[in-house]
Amino acid sequence: MAHFSTPTELEDYRRGLVERNEAQRPCVSICAGAGCLASGASDVIAAFESELASSGLEADVDTRGTGCPGFCERGPVVLLYPEGTCYLEVKPDDVPEIVARGIKNNEVVERLLFEDPITGERAKHESEIPFYSHQERTLLSSNSLIDSRRIDDYLAIGGYSALVKALFEMSPEEVLEEVKRANLRGRGGAGFPAGRKWEGSRNAPETPKYVLVNADEGDPGAFMDRALLEGNPHSILEGLMIGGYTIGAREGYVYVRQEYPLAVENVTLAIRQAEECGLLGEDILGSGFDFSVQVHRGAGAFVCGESTALMTALEGRVGEPRPKYIRSNVKGLWQKPSVLNNVETWANVPLIINRGADWFTRIGTESSKGTKIFSLVGKIKNTGLVEVPMGMPLADIIYKIGGGVPEGKKFKAVQTGGPSGGCIPEELLNLEVGFDELSAAGSMMGSGGMIVMDEDNCMVDVARYFIDFLTEESCGKCVPCREGLRQMHKILTNICAGRGKDGDIETLEDLSEVACEASLCALGKSAPNPFLSTLRYFREEYQAHITEKRCAALSCKGLISYWIDPEKCKACLICLRKCPAEAIEGGKREIHVIDQEKCDTCGVCLEVCPARFDAVKKISGEPVPEPLPEAERAIAAGAGR
Amino acid sequence: MTDIRLQIDGKDVTATRGMSVLEAAEGAGISIPTLCHHDSLEPFGGCRLCIVEAEERGWTRLVVSCVFPVADGLIIRTRSEKVDRMRKTILELLLAHAPDSPRLQELAGEYGANKDRFEQEASFCVHCGLCVRYCAEVKGMHAIGFIDRGINKEISFLPKIAAQECEGCKECFPLCPTSYLQAAYVLLEGLAPMAVRR
Repeated sequence: MAHFSTPTELEDYRRGLVERNEAQRPCVSICAGAGCLASGASDVIAAFESELASSGLEADVDTRGTGCPGFCERGPVVLLYPEGTCYLEVKPDDVPEIVARGIKNNEVVERLLFEDPITGERAKHESEIPFYSHQERTLLSSNSLIDSRRIDDYLAIGGYSALVKALFEMSPEEVLEEVKRANLRGRGGAGFPAGRKWEGSRNAPETPKYVLVNADEGDPGAFMDRALLEGNPHSILEGLMIGGYTIGAREGYVYVRQEYPLAVENVTLAIRQAEECGLLGEDILGSGFDFSVQVHRGAGAFVCGESTALMTALEGRVGEPRPKYIRSNVKGLWQKPSVLNNVETWANVPLIINRGADWFTRIGTESSKGTKIFSLVGKIKNTGLVEVPMGMPLADIIYKIGGGVPEGKKFKAVQTGGPSGGCIPEELLNLEVGFDELSAAGSMMGSGGMIVMDEDNCMVDVARYFIDFLTEESCGKCVPCREGLRQMHKILTNICAGRGKDGDIETLEDLSEVACEASLCALGKSAPNPFLSTLRYFREEYQAHITEKRCAALSCKGLISYWIDPEKCKACLICLRKCPAEAIEGGKREIHVIDQEKCDTCGVCLEVCPARFDAVKKISGEPVPEPLPEAERAIAAGAGR
Repeated sequence: MTDIRLQIDGKDVTATRGMSVLEAAEGAGISIPTLCHHDSLEPFGGCRLCIVEAEERGWTRLVVSCVFPVADGLIIRTRSEKVDRMRKTILELLLAHAPDSPRLQELAGEYGANKDRFEQEASFCVHCGLCVRYCAEVKGMHAIGFIDRGINKEISFLPKIAAQECEGCKECFPLCPTSYLQAAYVLLEGLAPMAVRR
């Protein structure tokens, strides 16, 4: 591996990479991110390697496993360069055809292209697919251009040029000024301005100082940071080094959750490569700046994503938050000034330094600049990672990019901001995404989770689910969080089970106030949000659960009943045989009846009842119709029923 | 040490830099309820009972006095409708676990807390951590610690250390606001010979 002692050596090497025109070489780029790997991407990569070898093309065509381009719903995603042809849902069996026609004959394998569900038109390039064309992928676009395990790939697309610019053309003050002017706000949760955080550490008298990457991404359904760390780890290191240079830190840590083995592996490898190249270590490129980075693996506690708990864990102690009336940027890791930013925040830094704060602030809203990556999941046609300019209306993300709710169901709410975020209802879908906009709506940006829910989702049950998650993840140190959540979870469980009573909503509100006002850390302070936001927009669902024992979404098991419409039942015996509770009475040519005492509302009868009969009904909040007297249940043979 | 001037419940108080609001209040003879605080231990900030209103530059917020540092011009109100409401709910949450604790009952009387507001789930321990921290910080023994997390968190003696050290010490016993610790220790004593043999 090359070693660079001066910026000129690095630039010469980079020029060599570009002149060899590596970027224009034919290349098969296959997403090897977590989603596509789960859909079988490694078999596809192996199939390409062997097919190219047996076709004698291996010397001319590279195969590259890359980071996530985002379209997980249709993975494994394969891109053929230099044309950029985009094939979706590629299976190993498709590979011989792609190699024979797509690569050898320069044709297009139409059947693997994206097909517009409405017009039926095929799209050859990512940019013609609506999922991508409405995005602005300043961070994610690099993912499919590089093999994250090869530093040369990163160098060829301009990697570490921002570091060179910062070290040799800018003073730390100028870098700080640029980041402040860019108004880069933290992508991990609260949206605190990164420049102000850096400035606080820079001005703090104590040394040493530290810069830290928060890669403890633990929100259910979120994988933004994972994709960046797996797909482009050098960009995060470069941002971190620029941060270190700015505040005067010589050491950095990447706190990454153990459950992301590929991210741990890729970032560890990236650090080793950077060290071997002389991009990490002492006197980097002859600038006099020393910097080293270590990886620390999190042991699986969600609360360690909270800044003080993360630092406590880094110090080798139990990962519990500590009181923070003096900010961590002044008194952080080992009581020293420490800048902790999220993965995506750091990834933005090289872009800001290279392209300038003016470029960055042209994207976004008044108070939220740049782009934001969201993981779009739930009841949505196009599950995946999307990067959009701040200020894009929620409706555009959900309908234009996400393709809307599948199976013709009605949209109900979108949950943003992770477990302690909130649910935003349909009437607010024109809301522009931004830190302050989402907070004003009772939710938050969080790190960018976006879970779409439809008419079948019960909002009380959603609140119960997230409170359950947070109860499990509370560290247990302070009473308002540990005990408050325990009681909130009990009450919500009761409401969902049909045991709700008058006064429950008020008790939940009291407990929410205490948790928000008196908890030790941000986990407890924001934990009541799932309840508060659903109460704000869906109060009638709470009331229906409590007073009418009715779940409008027909989702809460304790509040629903199944019955068989005697007018429609054909006595086919299917449900009777499948019922695990043996709750269905009847027989051949005898209308089936569900014994409500025995029924445990599992729903198997509804699932198995043939659609042409449509005899099983799910109801809530109304009495189950009396069954037919036994004498009237017989169906006469050939009666045409 | 520089003197800091602040106001607590309308009274002018002088404190030294680095002091917590709780320390300053105690020094001025103003009482703030606590469960997890102990003069010879590092502030913990766990029970949140010592929550007070702090006004700085015209901006009021709730802070926890055992960890909030004194500052010049700070105005502290140790009682207000909101503070009392917080304390009442915190006490009610704890009374679900330790309804017979004299200390909790005494505070419940003062703040009008109803010990039956939440379904009782007697576990006695309120996780104040006094025993754990005293053993670690004062005695340097680490014979007792917290295990698990969140609602499953509990205190536990480490048999190997406890069997050697606890019999002659027991200094943590009187610290416990619910007397649960003693029961736990007695149980451990019964098990200790086994633990030692292993």
